[in-house]
Amino acid sequence: MDDGLTEQQGLYDPKRDERDACGVGFVAHVRGTPSHQIVRQGLQLLENLAHRGAVGCDPCSGDGAGIVVQLPHEFFRRECAQLGMELPRPGGYAVGMLFLPTDAGERRACELLLENIVEEEGQHVIGWRDVPADLAAIGPVARAAAPVFRQVFIARGKSTEKKAFERKLYVIRRQAENAIGTRGGFYVVSLSSRTVVYKGMLMPEQLPYFYPDLSAPDFASALALVHSRFSTNTLPTWSRAHPYRFLCHNGEINTLRGNLNWMRVREASMQSRLFGDDLHKLYPIIADGQSDSMCLDNALEFLVRGGRSLPHAVAMLVPEAWEGNPHMNLDRRGFCEYHSTMMEPWDGPALVAFTDGRMIGGTLDRNGLRPARYVVTDDDFVVLASEAGALDVPAERVVSKGRIKPGRMFIVDTVRGRVIEDEEIKRDLAARRPYRAWVTANRVGLDELPEPISVAQPDPETLLQHQTAFGYTQEELSMVLTPMAVNGEEPIGSMGTDTPLAVLSQEPQLLYGYFKQLFAQVTNPPIDPIREKLVMSLSVNIGPRTNVLGERPEHARRIRVRGPILTSAQLEKIRSVGEREGDPHFRCTTLRALFPAAGGARGLHLALESLCRRASQAVHEGNTMLVISDRGVDADWAPIPSLLATAAVHHHLVREGLRTEVGIIVETGDARDVTHFALLIGYGAGTINPYLALESLVGLVRSGNLPPSVDEPTAEAKYIKAAEKGLLKVISKMGISTIQSYCGAQVFEAIGLGPRLIERYFTGTASRVGGIEIAQVAEETLRRHRIAFGDVPLPGRLDFGSNYHYRSQGEHHNWNPLTISTLQLATRTNDPKTYEEFSRLVNDERNRPSTLRGLLEFAEGTTPVPIEEVEPAAEIVKRFATGAMSFGSLSAEAHETLAVAMNRIGGRSNSGEGGETPDRYNSERGSAIKQVASARFGVTTEYLVSARELQIKMAQGAKPGEGGQLPGHKVDPIIAKTRYSIPGVTLISPPPHHDIYSIEDLAQLIFDLKNVNPKAMVSVKLVSEVGVGTIAAGVAKARADIILISGDSGGTGASPLSSIKHAGVPWELGLAETQQALVQNDLRGRVRLQTDGQLKTGRDVIIAAALGAEEFGFATAPLIVEGCIMMRKCHLNTCPVGVATQDPVLRAKFTGQPEHVVNYFFFVAEEARRIMAQLGVRTIAELVGRVDLLKQRDLSSHWKACTLDLKALLHRPKVAPTVATHQVTTQHHPIEHVLDRQLIEASEPALERKRAVRAAFPIRNENRAVGAMLSGELVKRYGPSGLPDGTIRFNFTGAAGQSFGAWLAKGVSLTLEGEANDYLGKGLSGGRIVVFPPKVSRFDPAEAILVGNVALYGATSGDAYLNGVAGERFAVRNSGATAVVEGVGDHGCEYMTGGVVVVLGKTGRNFSAGMSGGVAFVLNLDGKFERRCNSSMVALEPVEEEADVALLKKLISRHARYTGSARARRVLANWDAMLPKFVRVMPIEYRKALEARERERLTEVKNDGGNGRSTRVPHDQTRRAGAEAGAGANEGLAGVLRTGAG
Amino acid sequence: MDCGVPFCQGDTGCPVQNVIPEWNALVQQGRWKDASLALHATNNFPELTGRLCPAPCESACVLGLIEQPVAIRNIEQAIADKSFSEGWVVPSAGAPDSGFRVAIVGSGPAGLAAAQQLRRLGHAVVVFEKDDRIGGLLRYGIPDFKLEKEVLELRLRQLEAEGVQFETSVDVGRDLHVTQLRDEFDAVLLAGGAQRARDLRVPGRELGGVHLAMDYLTQQNRRVAGDVISDASAIWAGGKRVVVIGGGDTGSDCIGTAHRQGAAEVTQFELLPEPPKDRAASTPWPQWPMKLRTSHAHEEGGQRDWSVSTTELSGDNRRVQKLHAVRVDLQQGANGPQFVEVSGSGFTLDADLVLLAMGFAGVREEGLLSDLGVTVGPRGAVSTDAQYRTNIPGVFAAGDMRRGASLIVWAIREGRDAAASIDRHLRNAASTGATRRHSVGASA
Repeated sequence: MDDGLTEQQGLYDPKRDERDACGVGFVAHVRGTPSHQIVRQGLQLLENLAHRGAVGCDPCSGDGAGIVVQLPHEFFRRECAQLGMELPRPGGYAVGMLFLPTDAGERRACELLLENIVEEEGQHVIGWRDVPADLAAIGPVARAAAPVFRQVFIARGKSTEKKAFERKLYVIRRQAENAIGTRGGFYVVSLSSRTVVYKGMLMPEQLPYFYPDLSAPDFASALALVHSRFSTNTLPTWSRAHPYRFLCHNGEINTLRGNLNWMRVREASMQSRLFGDDLHKLYPIIADGQSDSMCLDNALEFLVRGGRSLPHAVAMLVPEAWEGNPHMNLDRRGFCEYHSTMMEPWDGPALVAFTDGRMIGGTLDRNGLRPARYVVTDDDFVVLASEAGALDVPAERVVSKGRIKPGRMFIVDTVRGRVIEDEEIKRDLAARRPYRAWVTANRVGLDELPEPISVAQPDPETLLQHQTAFGYTQEELSMVLTPMAVNGEEPIGSMGTDTPLAVLSQEPQLLYGYFKQLFAQVTNPPIDPIREKLVMSLSVNIGPRTNVLGERPEHARRIRVRGPILTSAQLEKIRSVGEREGDPHFRCTTLRALFPAAGGARGLHLALESLCRRASQAVHEGNTMLVISDRGVDADWAPIPSLLATAAVHHHLVREGLRTEVGIIVETGDARDVTHFALLIGYGAGTINPYLALESLVGLVRSGNLPPSVDEPTAEAKYIKAAEKGLLKVISKMGISTIQSYCGAQVFEAIGLGPRLIERYFTGTASRVGGIEIAQVAEETLRRHRIAFGDVPLPGRLDFGSNYHYRSQGEHHNWNPLTISTLQLATRTNDPKTYEEFSRLVNDERNRPSTLRGLLEFAEGTTPVPIEEVEPAAEIVKRFATGAMSFGSLSAEAHETLAVAMNRIGGRSNSGEGGETPDRYNSERGSAIKQVASARFGVTTEYLVSARELQIKMAQGAKPGEGGQLPGHKVDPIIAKTRYSIPGVTLISPPPHHDIYSIEDLAQLIFDLKNVNPKAMVSVKLVSEVGVGTIAAGVAKARADIILISGDSGGTGASPLSSIKHAGVPWELGLAETQQALVQNDLRGRVRLQTDGQLKTGRDVIIAAALGAEEFGFATAPLIVEGCIMMRKCHLNTCPVGVATQDPVLRAKFTGQPEHVVNYFFFVAEEARRIMAQLGVRTIAELVGRVDLLKQRDLSSHWKACTLDLKALLHRPKVAPTVATHQVTTQHHPIEHVLDRQLIEASEPALERKRAVRAAFPIRNENRAVGAMLSGELVKRYGPSGLPDGTIRFNFTGAAGQSFGAWLAKGVSLTLEGEANDYLGKGLSGGRIVVFPPKVSRFDPAEAILVGNVALYGATSGDAYLNGVAGERFAVRNSGATAVVEGVGDHGCEYMTGGVVVVLGKTGRNFSAGMSGGVAFVLNLDGKFERRCNSSMVALEPVEEEADVALLKKLISRHARYTGSARARRVLANWDAMLPKFVRVMPIEYRKALEARERERLTEVKNDGGNGRSTRVPHDQTRRAGAEAGAGANEGLAGVLRTGAG
Repeated sequence: MDCGVPFCQGDTGCPVQNVIPEWNALVQQGRWKDASLALHATNNFPELTGRLCPAPCESACVLGLIEQPVAIRNIEQAIADKSFSEGWVVPSAGAPDSGFRVAIVGSGPAGLAAAQQLRRLGHAVVVFEKDDRIGGLLRYGIPDFKLEKEVLELRLRQLEAEGVQFETSVDVGRDLHVTQLRDEFDAVLLAGGAQRARDLRVPGRELGGVHLAMDYLTQQNRRVAGDVISDASAIWAGGKRVVVIGGGDTGSDCIGTAHRQGAAEVTQFELLPEPPKDRAASTPWPQWPMKLRTSHAHEEGGQRDWSVSTTELSGDNRRVQKLHAVRVDLQQGANGPQFVEVSGSGFTLDADLVLLAMGFAGVREEGLLSDLGVTVGPRGAVSTDAQYRTNIPGVFAAGDMRRGASLIVWAIREGRDAAASIDRHLRNAASTGATRRHSVGASA
């Protein structure tokens, strides 16, 4: 065993896939006075964050915990003296903390090697110390993997200056690491003259017991940085505990693969005066096989040791968002832009806390997706942590409280004795050099360049031939290019995909078709590129990247392009800029990427090799830009697929160390849709000129295919706009913000590409079932080429194509006229024979494989059992669930029919994310599974307590990593009611759950849900992609009861076509990987595993079970049984059979019956039974994970599929017999002793007799989800109307843990004196929350942070009064609650659809982004609110209407009364002067909807008693829905209504 | 209608794989020429199917689930007619000469479709027709009131201009020996149709005035085309009481023809029971519906009667005068459904002309087929594999000859598919080293 991680087995690769997240914190003395107290407090802080870490299969082995402190000189001096060593004065020696092999001989060898290197580098080894470590204090798994702990003491050599000592130590460490590797667990924990790290595979509370050193009274430091880890596996890894040498990290680097490649290639161009010749000893700067955090630590260390200050290096690696911020200081902007030419962002959600022993600080990524709260006391202590209240600080000592804001930094400089805030840090950095002037003088903007003299013109003569050669189809022109050119939007489709994988298709496929986009789920959040576009950037720098250690004006000598898609004219500009300006920085050459058509596969291979050679040569000749071009295709020359050409050149130049010298521009005929562009960029292209797509647009315009309003320039501009918008979406679904860091990041998985192709050209890409090699790639290209240039003349038009819609001549679709009609006939007539015909049509893939399961067959040699011995179908159907399809996408009839059918057979139907009308709760029409999705539509306490299963949807198969939008015109009264909004107002689903940015957040949400409804199983829905097994392991540790692995092909809702086709992978891969990962980590026994994604038949069920599933989800098939005929019109509301429409006329055409659905599931179960009997298996339970019953079918007759190898899919992990391979037990949920148990007990008089109750309790950060369980109890008894306001009143003092007041029900009031953490009032359902700082505080509450991020997320009713500032995303997706707060962070009121928010102070940036309903009143004291507001959907108005004025005054009065807010009192006292300073934030669409509703109401009042009754019911419902949506704010909105109607 | 799954396509819809959604949309946008291209991309003779096809596409149309289906066939005919009237039907350039020669036996829709496809792929094509005019059933089987023969002529001119050679009045196997055929051609496609009509085996069948429908229709077509028919051989319905036995399309063509000849009375008998007016429950959408079909000929007059089985024909002077029949009941028997006589239901009907339109029994085996040695299956059709290959290498079969009597769309589809298969066969033969037996010059 090396570093503790086992090698890859099967699909699961623990090395590649491991993720972690965690609790982070530090304690420091500002003036740098060391004390043991700081260390003790650090350890205490760590223990109080324990709930953010995790334990694995062994409850006593943690995922990792650690601490970094300044060298405790007195302690070491004393300890060493006892060992006969005399230490020099501080600064004169270093301590190396080492993990060493347990084998004595091996250990000695490591030590000797290290000693030699130390001496060679002119330093001197003083001696060794065994670090006391109490192995009895830890769990058996950790103990078994424990290394030997020793410290080495190194004296600074005489020739080494004090300043250079740390750098020398770094050189020593890198050499030792290169020499020894990770042999025997060798690992340098830290090696420094300033700091020392103590860490291990420990639980937080074990740390001080394990390392007795930490408890020595003279073990003193002025700072302590601690970390508690939550890893997605349970494999023993001591080294991966944080902190590393410089940092600990709560987050994930999404762009890691690209960052690593770029760091590697930079090595060739690095020069350093400081390192001199030592530089090459450091390579590789980042060693292989490390976690993302370790890599980031390496990069940071390198930059710092290379001469940059710690804040400077951090700001380079994790830059703030600057391009979308027009109000940024120009010098600061210059700093950002200058450094963007040297280093791509290490992008992803991150709280990075760092120290070099002198400074300690933290920074947040640009999105601010991790919490970081700090306090500064009057006796110079600073505490910063992921949670407030993690360390008790006397309230009266606090002088300021704050949080790190997105993209900002916070530093304590113990030498200067100061706390330095972001503004000052960045100002100092920006002033170091004239960055702004350097940028202005050197940057070349593409738009500033003169127009080119000549541009290649489209040639209508050859257009068709070229389109054919590049595989264009008529369908693509009309379904993809046309919508892009006309609307500037990516095309939308419905009902998933049912065509074969590219490798299984008989038709030649583009190479792009073999790749699937990766996406963020659970461990990192996707981003909303529309509403949060301020963090996004598409701009590209073209030109060479220079020495990352240097700092010269020429670094900024780059061409800056606004977006990566170039018109042909723009490309010509770039081509000619070097010549014209005579500037060696911009020398451009074009490399033809063609191969002789007569040469076949060998020709392609040779052409690629030659292309790579020419690329190297071009670089050596001084070119700084390479255009890889496939122009010039003719009868003799075929195009090298541009993705292959690009990746080949990119990786070749990486290997040659030349990649930083040039920019790659791709001029190609084959790229046309968003995924194509994403792939080219992901594999190294900087910019792309899709000339044939652009020429095709010209063709469309000239042939009259586009509306007359779209001329050629418009079509081109809109197409590029659509493509770039799509690119933003693709990168944001991976949680990546800038195209710069996406470049080369390779966030794709390949399916069906062979190992040689991957290794040579797509190095590092996951491709797990083998596949085609260069020969088949050539054949696919040449088949197209032959059609275009072969003997037979083209028929005058393009091939029709059938990738999206079925065509009889074209691509196979699993759902085709025959399968659909046969299934419908079978289930309507309940005829088993017809069902058998259906299942034969689906299952028989021998001649036309289309799915991975179609490539499998059942193993021979099994002993059949009589079918009577197989468990009955009635048992099997209980394992069936229907997929999450929201009421809103489906009609009420279709939705309820599924629910009734599933309830009848004992299976489970799923509400989907749109809520459910309360009349269905607990009835036969109710969905057993209630979904909790990112928009939290209708997720009330009542909704939650009515469920048998609560499903957290992390992603959906058709569009993983993306949000959604239900346009206002589709929001009818009933939908509005169930979603707690009002008709006609657009509803937006955010891409991430705003309470899940990390694995520990998911654990928190599971905990929250378990509190509200302890009886419900909690399931987590994931979508299949490489690494999903790792994530699932984390989810199992987060205590999910059920994990659903969803395939890529399903999807009943609307989704961009490129996502339907190109995101996610088949469930077979994800399920098998998950099974393997869970078994290998010994987590399988405690979760149920479910899968879905186009399951259709009993055979599918058996294969899913054998691959690891216990339960099975079906969506499309039951819809078809109900009448769906796959019109793929769900997104248009025009479903002709009334399944996926809200149109009452079309809904009347619905003919589905629950009986048909029941018939279907019994057919499936009976088919499964027949197969089970044949396999000799009696129950599904004994079938789970039996991959030995499957084998790969003979594929030799298929020209592409013959290259596949499913060995990894059918791998069975080798584990001890005691390790469960299916569910055998249930999760332990730590809810027995929560504070709510006491609250419920105290509430008994109220719960039993509706009597008023009051009580007081202390509270601290470990008390989480307080009020949730009580609310669940209350609603179970009294329903959603709860009890009269204030029946139950509890007062708390202290710092409340996360989710304080989650789903608080009507009748409960919680008052908190102190502060609260993230997710306060999540899902608030009628209760009241009041928070104010301790009465003894000395800081101004209106300026201090009081509650954490994402308060009132998805609140539906109730109110909150907060005397202080709330963090980011306050009241996100609020749909009905009322809140008063003194200030909010960025993205306040995001996606809000209802309710009222009053902000008596400053807001952060991007206020009201995506706010479609509700109203906010903001006190605009500095007059700059408009700048901070995202006004794309709202109007900013004065507060003038009488009803508004009255409402505002009433709410502020209440706020003053409940919280004692001084600011509220001042506002009220000066009301007439203050009122004009308030701004009303009014969503435009919302106002229109309110006006329309009021008009209708008036009409109805007029007509009342008349006869026109046909529309009456909807009107009543409108009114009701509106009343609920505006709960708590009716008075004010009534005023709006009146004026609107007048 | 932009259907995600167009049921007018595939196994439930159009056999000739017409890309119906595309050309519907193009017509809707007024882009007729593009529509013509799209239509001709899958269908060599849309002017024929637009007139003659029973349009399974329409009965599978999604709109038909809730409303009247899209009138696909009418749109098809409109596109086809416009293609001719606008002059878009021009000879299209083919691939360079391949040097291969292909013989096609039979000039019906299957043979013609295959001929056009193969010619366009660069092969020399000779079509042999035993009759004196090209067209097979199209020419002599379909009455002019359903297909004006000018339409056929226009299309044949295109084929000729593209270089397809026609040899009429050559009954291969009699007029041209198969050895010679095999010798001169690299491949042979058998597309001679299902020529053997099913006969009525009852007493009195031999009487005068009892004819096979196809003999009757062929003669009328010749007459319309201007051929002189001798009185002795004339089959004429004028002033006669006509009985048509068989309720299918051929029967209906006989009725229409009889009306035009001035028949006194026309009666049509069908063995099966009367189908329901609307789609029968046993054939739900999108299946081809079992339902009562009424053609124009029916609307012009005459009687129809169902569940009738003819038992005898009788008459004087060796001419038929009476038809004797019983009513039958369709019952589920041990070996499937069977017809059972309803006791006491016998009746007679006066008849001067009895036309037998009872379907087709298979291919004519003697001569060509037996000489070639191709296998004929139990259902009277030439056996092939999925690639249209018969048991004899280089000999292919398509259309009714392979499939049994069927629709024109199927004939076209089979002709196209067989052509593609023949092309593959020839090119594979070339690439595996089999030398071409005919130089480019020789094929001219």
